[in-house]
Amino acid sequence: MEPLIHIDGVSKVFGAQPAIDSLSVVFEAGRLNGLVGPDGAGKTTLIRLLAGLLKPSAGRLRVAGFDPVAEPAGLRDVVAYMPQRFGLYEDLTVMENLVLYADIRGVVGTERRQTFERLLSFTDLARFSERLAGRLSGGMKQKLGLACALVKVPKVLLLDEPSVGVDPISRRELWRMAADLVGQGIGVIWSTAYLDEAERCDHVLLLNQGKSLFSGPPGDLTAEISGRSFLVRGLGSERRQVLQRALKHPSVIDGIVQGANLRLVLAEGAPPPTPAELGAPPTASLDPTPPRFEDAFVARLGKRQTGDSPYAAREALGTAGEVTVEAKGLTKRFGSFTAASEISFAIKGGEIFGLLGPNGAGKSTTFKMLCGLLKPSGGIARVSGFDLMSAASQARGRIGYMAQKFSLYGDLSVRQNLDFFAGIYGLAKGGVPVIAKMVEAFGLGPYIEVNAGALPLGFKQRLALACATMHDPAVLFLDEPTSGVDPLTRREFWGHINALVGRGVTVVVTTHFMDEAEYCDRIGLVYQGRLIAEGSPDRLKARSRTGACPDPTLEDAFIGLVESVERNGRGHDAT
Amino acid sequence: MWQRIRSLIIKELWAVWRDPKGRAMLIIPPIIQMVLFSFAATLEVKNVEIAVLNRDMGGHSIELMQRLAGAKDLVRRVVVMHDEEEATAALAAQDVLMVVRFGADFSRDIGARRPASVDILLDGRRSNAAQILEGYVESIVDQYQGELPGAARGQQPTLVTRAFFNPNLESAWNTVPCLTAILTMLVGLVVTGLSVARERELGTFEQLLVSPARPGEIIVGKTVPGLLIGLIEGSLIIGFAHFVFAVPLGGSLWLLYLSMTVYLAAVIGVGLFISSLVATQQQAMLGAFTFVAPAILLSGFATPIANMPDWLQLVTLIDPARYFIVIIRGVFLKDMPAGLVLDNLWPMVVIAVFTLATASWLFRRRLQ
Repeated sequence: MEPLIHIDGVSKVFGAQPAIDSLSVVFEAGRLNGLVGPDGAGKTTLIRLLAGLLKPSAGRLRVAGFDPVAEPAGLRDVVAYMPQRFGLYEDLTVMENLVLYADIRGVVGTERRQTFERLLSFTDLARFSERLAGRLSGGMKQKLGLACALVKVPKVLLLDEPSVGVDPISRRELWRMAADLVGQGIGVIWSTAYLDEAERCDHVLLLNQGKSLFSGPPGDLTAEISGRSFLVRGLGSERRQVLQRALKHPSVIDGIVQGANLRLVLAEGAPPPTPAELGAPPTASLDPTPPRFEDAFVARLGKRQTGDSPYAAREALGTAGEVTVEAKGLTKRFGSFTAASEISFAIKGGEIFGLLGPNGAGKSTTFKMLCGLLKPSGGIARVSGFDLMSAASQARGRIGYMAQKFSLYGDLSVRQNLDFFAGIYGLAKGGVPVIAKMVEAFGLGPYIEVNAGALPLGFKQRLALACATMHDPAVLFLDEPTSGVDPLTRREFWGHINALVGRGVTVVVTTHFMDEAEYCDRIGLVYQGRLIAEGSPDRLKARSRTGACPDPTLEDAFIGLVESVERNGRGHDAT
Repeated sequence: MWQRIRSLIIKELWAVWRDPKGRAMLIIPPIIQMVLFSFAATLEVKNVEIAVLNRDMGGHSIELMQRLAGAKDLVRRVVVMHDEEEATAALAAQDVLMVVRFGADFSRDIGARRPASVDILLDGRRSNAAQILEGYVESIVDQYQGELPGAARGQQPTLVTRAFFNPNLESAWNTVPCLTAILTMLVGLVVTGLSVARERELGTFEQLLVSPARPGEIIVGKTVPGLLIGLIEGSLIIGFAHFVFAVPLGGSLWLLYLSMTVYLAAVIGVGLFISSLVATQQQAMLGAFTFVAPAILLSGFATPIANMPDWLQLVTLIDPARYFIVIIRGVFLKDMPAGLVLDNLWPMVVIAVFTLATASWLFRRRLQ
């Protein structure tokens, strides 16, 4: 029998750059097929090729028996496609959106009534059918998008990064829905940059720079490194320093912080190092742990990280143990809606604090009040002792800020970006040596005259970090800094952050990305505008440990804590 | 503070210049408009066709026909019509702008020194051109009448017209300098309004807001580049008008530049005002055009303000272009005295202070 999707030597070239590079792969029906890879790997291009929206530069494609370019009419009947930002009409209600897509697809009469009933109960959107699509949360928008794509039952469902910007709870629901659809015999292609999602798929195509790095059941890839993953436990407060040393050990090819522990991947056949070899305290132990998809991905890439950072050489700030960021009764009201209510916490120098929460729960609002982008309706946000409202300019001189999208001036060269940020942070005279140091430390020399927008992703991230930290801030605010970034670039980034923290810099992170949350010393979980839990990742995990779930992940903990608030009746209509 | 402002200004100038789209925005529309306004939007009557229905065919009417055809610049062709229907049809089809009709007794009446008359039918749909053509035909007929034997010299007063400041009534002298007002308005709006919106889209605006730069400094950092680019663009158009179109530049350049700076400040205030309301570049573009179209119509550039109804004339008082155009025309075509320039300058100062203050206020408010 012909496979559901047959990709045979397909390339797609934009300009001189191949987005897809002679790719051959087969996807079968009745399976949840993962299309996994970092941003820029070619996932969207491949999905658009499958949907017949792009013409391949070379090679042959067949989707459910149709050639997407030559037989678009036949293809449209059997393929449903949900792009990254689904084309919802934000000024129409949920029901009106559904009606529109049903009209387009020619679904009428009793068939329409039955379809709507099925989709609304499937997506649990029946309660919101009169709400404007624009006023739904990120997760509900994705569910409505999925419903609209499914008004006619397809043979192939193409989902382009459905879980981006969606909180863990909605993400879990989307997965459940996708699994349901697979059960109904639909071939689902789910593309994602989150490597932990790969493990939930039946079959994975791992893309990197337009090429297939792996194709098969995810277990096959993790099996390659079985017995090589270890958790280093019992490290106390020294895990970041131990990580630095561990990365220099010849046996270790990869290492990251995971809560209070370190996760290490060893080279093939290498003996596990003793805690003493890693410079870990005698209480530490090295325990084998099941390998993760990401470990295997990094092992395949075969490039070692060094963990070195130019920041390590800088002198310490002497703020360790001092409270550097303080929120006291922070409250923000928009009209009658209270987005954040009475939020209080204190963060010490040399600490990484993570703000987590579902979409619309108030975590972004709190984050913005902390870095001075929003004026609180009540309460105080203090950075390095300065009130962000009354002494805004001084306070802002002490903070650095880096957003997910690397807010650089894309049309300005690397040097012009550095000059500009040196200028607005008042480094004009001292700026020249600082810029020179940054350029050298981050290896930006060869790119100095290149436009920031044209830099490779990794260098873009380095430049953004350089711009945000040139003035040596005491507090660094990060907004989903490494979401969608390939694992090596992400490790490098956190290496720099670890070095900054080692010097006493305070780091505040807001993220949906559980891997980023694992790097935090402490996490504040915001839900319905309140801080519902606070503590180290391991403490939060411990709080949600149950008989059914003896070893909860941080995501399990997150969902458990939010649900316990719902159960206790404090919750109202979640939006 | 000065260092931060300097950095903001340099960044802004680089951002405009290095963005290929931004550069095109600054260069291409001015060239297109300069060409269009200078050559296409002419108010002069040129190359029209006249139909003649001559029932007389005597010496006098033929002489007049030839004289009508003689003005090569104005009249491209004189078409001879054979009957009333044909003449009316040609007028209706807009083939001709005017029909000149000589009665059967025209030459005979003149010969007999009886009053003779020429009928003129005009296309009222093109009233402006028709009026100019009518005046031209009248003057030819009057002149001919004066030359007729027996016409007493001095019996009829002759009207001699002389246009001050623009002796040949060249329409380019009128329109091209005014492009300074229109194009600098576009540049001022685009550079300020769009750039803030673009920074919002890219997320760099938040990066600015978390830096020590104060809102006031950010506003100055957006205003000055707009002012600089506007002044450069304005200078190019002034040079173009003077050297290519040979429009005399009679007045004080210093006053012209002073006025242009104030005018640009008023326009940039509007640009910042728009940018503080919108979220995307598209919205900023729409906002800019919502302002530009009425501002140009009400400026008196194309149609005299005095011809507008009273209530609309009141509205023009808040249009900075209205004052600037008076100054431009005054400085270019005559040596407008400083006092008169100031009369038109102070309302622009008031408008500039108002727009910039409102924009800053809105700007700060949106940050909170």
